[in-house]
Amino acid sequence: MTQSVVVQVGQCGNQIGCCFWDLALREHAAVNQQGIYDEAISSFFRNVDTRVVGDGGSISKGKICSLKARAVLIDMEEGVVNEILQGPLRDVFDSKQLITDISGSGNNWAVGHKVFGSLYREQILEKLRKSAEHCDCLQCFFIIHSMGGGTGSGLGTFLLKVLEDEFPEVYRFVTSVYPSAEDDVITSPYNSILAMKELNEHADCVLPIDNQSLFDIISKIDLMVNSGKLGTTIKAKSLVTSSAGAVKKRHQKPFDAMNNIVANLLLNLTSSARFEGSLNMDLNEISMNLVPFPQLHYLVSSLTPLYTLADVNIPTRRLDQMFSDAFSKDHQLIRADPKHSLYLACALMVRGNVQVSDLRRNIERLKPSLRFISWNQEGWKTSLCSVPPVGHSHSLLALANNTCVKPTFMELRDRFTRLYKKKAHLHHYLQIEGMEESCFMEAVSSLSRLIEEYNQLDATKSMPVEDLPRLSIAM
Amino acid sequence: MSVVTVQLGQCGNQIGFEVFDALYSDSHCPQGLCSKRENEAYQASSKERFFSEEENGVPIARAVLVDMEPKVINQTLSKAAQSGQWKYAQHSCFCQKEGSGNNWAYGYSVHGPRHEESIMNLIQKEVEKCDSLSGFFIIMSMAGGTGSGLGAFVTQNLQDQYSNSLKMNQIIWPYGTGEVIVQNYNSVLTLSHLYRSSDALLVHENDAVHKICAKLMNIKQISFSDINQVLAHQLGSVFQPTYSVEGSCHYRRNPLGDLMENLVPHPEFKMLGIRNIPQMSENSLTYSTFTWAGLLKHLRQMLISNSKMEEGINWQIRPPLPGLPTLGKVSLNRELHFNTSIANLVILRGKDVHSADLGGFKDPALYTSWLEPIDAFNVWKTQRAFSKYEKSAALVSNSQFLLKPLDTIVGKAWNMFASKAYIHQYTKFGIEEEDFLDSFTLLEQVVASYCNL
Repeated sequence: MTQSVVVQVGQCGNQIGCCFWDLALREHAAVNQQGIYDEAISSFFRNVDTRVVGDGGSISKGKICSLKARAVLIDMEEGVVNEILQGPLRDVFDSKQLITDISGSGNNWAVGHKVFGSLYREQILEKLRKSAEHCDCLQCFFIIHSMGGGTGSGLGTFLLKVLEDEFPEVYRFVTSVYPSAEDDVITSPYNSILAMKELNEHADCVLPIDNQSLFDIISKIDLMVNSGKLGTTIKAKSLVTSSAGAVKKRHQKPFDAMNNIVANLLLNLTSSARFEGSLNMDLNEISMNLVPFPQLHYLVSSLTPLYTLADVNIPTRRLDQMFSDAFSKDHQLIRADPKHSLYLACALMVRGNVQVSDLRRNIERLKPSLRFISWNQEGWKTSLCSVPPVGHSHSLLALANNTCVKPTFMELRDRFTRLYKKKAHLHHYLQIEGMEESCFMEAVSSLSRLIEEYNQLDATKSMPVEDLPRLSIAM
Repeated sequence: MSVVTVQLGQCGNQIGFEVFDALYSDSHCPQGLCSKRENEAYQASSKERFFSEEENGVPIARAVLVDMEPKVINQTLSKAAQSGQWKYAQHSCFCQKEGSGNNWAYGYSVHGPRHEESIMNLIQKEVEKCDSLSGFFIIMSMAGGTGSGLGAFVTQNLQDQYSNSLKMNQIIWPYGTGEVIVQNYNSVLTLSHLYRSSDALLVHENDAVHKICAKLMNIKQISFSDINQVLAHQLGSVFQPTYSVEGSCHYRRNPLGDLMENLVPHPEFKMLGIRNIPQMSENSLTYSTFTWAGLLKHLRQMLISNSKMEEGINWQIRPPLPGLPTLGKVSLNRELHFNTSIANLVILRGKDVHSADLGGFKDPALYTSWLEPIDAFNVWKTQRAFSKYEKSAALVSNSQFLLKPLDTIVGKAWNMFASKAYIHQYTKFGIEEEDFLDSFTLLEQVVASYCNL
């Protein structure tokens, strides 16, 4: 079995990361009742004997002593990381896994990327190498960050290049929180566009998320909970947004609910690699199946169910509903319209007591309403993992490579252009050594090229699907 | 003679377990419907083929388990051990930490050479345990990365290292509507490579077996376990011992050799399909009775009309009348109606088997013109019943059964290839566009050959 290392950068990245580790512990505690350190846990955690001083103390089998997250925490301000270290999760993180500074990046990509990048490059490399050494077989780096700020956006993407150079065989999965239109950081368009170029070039796979979608999901749940309808009591621990029963016991902070959704996404993504099932799906299969061309590696994710009703009398028609929901906009983690765009590929990762016949039935049922590109009419990748997530009997994560991300990128480019035309706040960037106007220009053209690739694929949408002439053999 | 099984990848290992389980259960089934002596001879023969013995008497499957990641092999080993009746040898497994990522190129070009020595050593050890080797049975899927890519590599190696032994590959064709997005690429690469290095390709299609589970076995929520069990039943009905010429208590010694001799007269035509009837849930079985005449009539029509199961057979289709010119090149755009065979083998097991009349299968109209029915058709009759079925009939056929599915897979792969989608994932590991084109060419050749029967 392989291991993965999570690199959380910036305020957003670390807050999401925190929720992720909390949820991961909960999940493993539920599955692994005997406290044995097994391969599934080892994918995200090390087992350490804390009595041993220094670097040693790693135990590979037997009872769980003390679990340490395979994580590197990076932030150029101390606030968030300090809070984590004082909170209930402090024992999960190794103090040697942190890189912090005091002044922050001032919501400036250039400060994060160029200034802190060069300043901390060696340290970052060292921590990453250390965490890689602790792994038997490192398969994947999960980077969590936001696009709109300075640290997550700038330093987070600087990291990607470092990872690519230093660990070329290890996959780089990036979970990026994109700024919404009403984002309060004025320079977020600059930061996002500059970061996009890095994602285009150095990430294997990107899962874009936007806050607005997460917020909408929460509102929907609240509506459900507070509607007072009969039979709408929610089963304990099943809320995808809650950390109820979690290690953290204090009041949930405003972004906690939203961050938990992302944490669930990451857990479900890796579940088939960690746990057994009748049709396994490893992380390297995600990239293989969902990325038909290297540039087009942006995946729209949707998660169901968001909660499980406590009424056990509801029949398993709920199972089919789960599949329908995965294709409804209400469950997506990014605002987009896949049903009216073109699917290049789609993955369904199912957890729990679901069998292949359920999968097949639902694919047959949903296929007619979805448009797939001509050369991938049956572009479905499926996986069945036997272990359900905490609080549910089954769940589904759908990952779609769909041209519907194009409008999101175009909007981002528009916001950038509006700002750039006026040269607003540009001096903050240009005064950083290594930053010139050409950096901006290159970033925009990189994005434009990406948009153009999606355009070309979209153009085939209306064309009839025909079989191409085959090789003819002389008999 | 013994058969060494190589189980590759998740699919291969999950199926392999069900096959050995089915073989064992049938061997020890109390309802053999024959004399005790007969039963013991049957058991002994089956055991020699598929199991070796440990000191404490627990049979050990003659198998090598290969997978690039550990979860499935661990599960397979423990399931076998849990049965308490037979098991796998602990050291007959080869496992790595990271899978092949559904990438044929990775399985073939990276894992293959890297682990060649270890895997071949394991196989060698298993071969040495056999008094005499009939050949290799390799179980793999086409859609993934390990079974398909590494499977092709291992088969090639077996051909080099054991050139005098036979190799039969059990290949699983994935569901038509995607299990893996690049399944058509993986399939095309696998088939073209196996066509060069394997002696026979025994094919099972997930779609077909799924329908059997749904319609005949009446299973509501079908799991892969159910599918694999049906598959294992079909394989068991073919591979369990059958009478040799001497008849009672004397069983054929060379399972693979006998199969191939009868069914693969020409290396251009290697694809075999299995049909097995009756197949139904245990509940239905208790209320059913069968006659050989009835079973054979159905089986023959299933052959002619290319029906994959006993339900929904098209009785309209008839073989071409003698005296009329044979149908020329059949265009694949029309529904391929009549299924022409190269060679057929019918295996009958059960009560009054000697009374079964197989005249219908000897009709020359069923076969191509270049083989006499006497050479093209064979039947094996065995008194001992199989796995609770009082009468069971299996048909192993080298015919146009797989023409349409093959054509479909090649077509889809070609469409995708034209757009160059996913090709970068393969070139990354040394499989170039040239290799794809070679594979397409070979398979188009196979399609044309079967089409022109």
